[in-house]
Amino acid sequence: MTARIIKRAAALGVIAAMGAGAALADYDDDELVIDGVKIATKVPAPPGHPLPEIVSGWRFRSDETQALEADDFENPAMVAVDYGQSLWDAVDGEAGKSCASCHGDVEESMKGVRAGYPKWNEKAGRPFTLENQINACRTENMKAEPWKWESREMLAMTALVGKQARGYPMKIRKDGPMAEWIEKGKELYYTRFGQLDMACSNCHEDNYGKMIRADHLSQGQINGFPTYRFKWQGLGSLHRRFSGCMKNIRAEPFKRGSDEFVALEAYLAVRGEGLGIETPAVRN
Amino acid sequence: MAKIKPRVKAPKKAAVGEIIEIKTLISHPMESGQRKDSKTGERIPRKIINKFVATFEGEEVVSADLHPAVSANPYIRFEMKVPGPGELRFAWTDDDGSVYETSSKIAIA
Amino acid sequence: MKLNRRDALQLAAAGAALAALPAGALRAAEHADVEAAIAAFAGGAPVKEGGVEVEAPEIAENGNTVPISVAAEGAEAILILAAGNPNPDVATFHFGKLAVPAASTRIRLAGTQDVIAVAKFADGSFGRAARTVKVTIGGCGG
Repeated sequence: MTARIIKRAAALGVIAAMGAGAALADYDDDELVIDGVKIATKVPAPPGHPLPEIVSGWRFRSDETQALEADDFENPAMVAVDYGQSLWDAVDGEAGKSCASCHGDVEESMKGVRAGYPKWNEKAGRPFTLENQINACRTENMKAEPWKWESREMLAMTALVGKQARGYPMKIRKDGPMAEWIEKGKELYYTRFGQLDMACSNCHEDNYGKMIRADHLSQGQINGFPTYRFKWQGLGSLHRRFSGCMKNIRAEPFKRGSDEFVALEAYLAVRGEGLGIETPAVRN
Repeated sequence: MAKIKPRVKAPKKAAVGEIIEIKTLISHPMESGQRKDSKTGERIPRKIINKFVATFEGEEVVSADLHPAVSANPYIRFEMKVPGPGELRFAWTDDDGSVYETSSKIAIA
Repeated sequence: MKLNRRDALQLAAAGAALAALPAGALRAAEHADVEAAIAAFAGGAPVKEGGVEVEAPEIAENGNTVPISVAAEGAEAILILAAGNPNPDVATFHFGKLAVPAASTRIRLAGTQDVIAVAKFADGSFGRAARTVKVTIGGCGG
């Protein structure tokens, strides 16, 4: 048997195992309402979309997990949002500025912002994720050190800014130079990687709603990041989740903030267009 | 900014004799002492919140002895019968001896 | 190794004895530390079944964060144990006169197991109850 055939067989085995749990579970019909605001967790897919409907990961979780996100006090990510608020108001860097010096009240200035990211940045000549934009603000305007992608500070700030877009439908600019990046992300989505020779689509398009071992496969939507995961016992970035997926299929993950992950994020934003932002979401 | 931050949700107003719900949460890793550092392979020392106390006007309402099996960012919910106006005080004690405190006032509606 | 007739009989007998043991007895034997913790809490006093409620999900999506609630009318304190954890201690709640003797928290469970609550009542009596929580092993959830 050649190596290639062995790899195929392994991948097929995984798919077959997923199929076995097919009858067990699908997503539920619960509606997510936080502070009286309904957040779209299921939206119709436009014509030509690869999915029959677009469904948030929230719908795939147990009632107990869902409940933690539906109440801002129960949501353990909110301590990070509080921390983000103190960072927003804190002067940092040689310019002697805080976020608030330029942007004022985060609840006003950042309303809906996260729903439009990633977004083309003309100066950088590439799409900016929220992390990129925050660090650009820090280095250029505040003359402060950039934060590391997965640092406590960056997670707190992306959670705080993201929360101001809660309930806003995810919708990014798809025209101009973004088109190429979205296309690149789509290519990556359908490319098989790693020893298990699997693409994102094998789980999140072909088999969502089914069980992978004892876990319930979602569509892999990105509308809740940064997300509090029980597994992490804390907040984590979208690119951390991408890395985790790649490790699961025994692939060498791309770096956080890499062109590949930024392109994938842009494509997934388009793929999940219309879903309400849930940041900071709660997942298992 | 302290790394560890408590959050409390309690009503600001209540009637005498009313039973109110109080929710508390504190950001803390609750390091169990059983995990190993993935890089060095060394055991990460235990560091948890081991005690929680809630008092009303100096009288203990609820206290809890906590062990490493309590999840990260410990969450505690309890209920209290309001005897009159006063102040609820909350204190969390860390393994390192630090005590994190917050309070919440209740007026009579 | 070659089994002679006597060895084979002995093995069979041991197997039968093991099979005849009720599952509960095996569990109790495995968790002497659980019983020790209960005895320490009760100060050696007898502990009746019931009088305390334990609420927990039947299936937890991840053992790191399992919501649980305990309640016992007339209780001064409630001890919570996780029978299948490396160390069964979870928490002990003490209730003053102003408190309703009930509390909720979130706990870590190392696998499918019983969560046990023991209540200490004002009259010096004790009651216990348990609830089984299935903890799923994640696919990608880990």
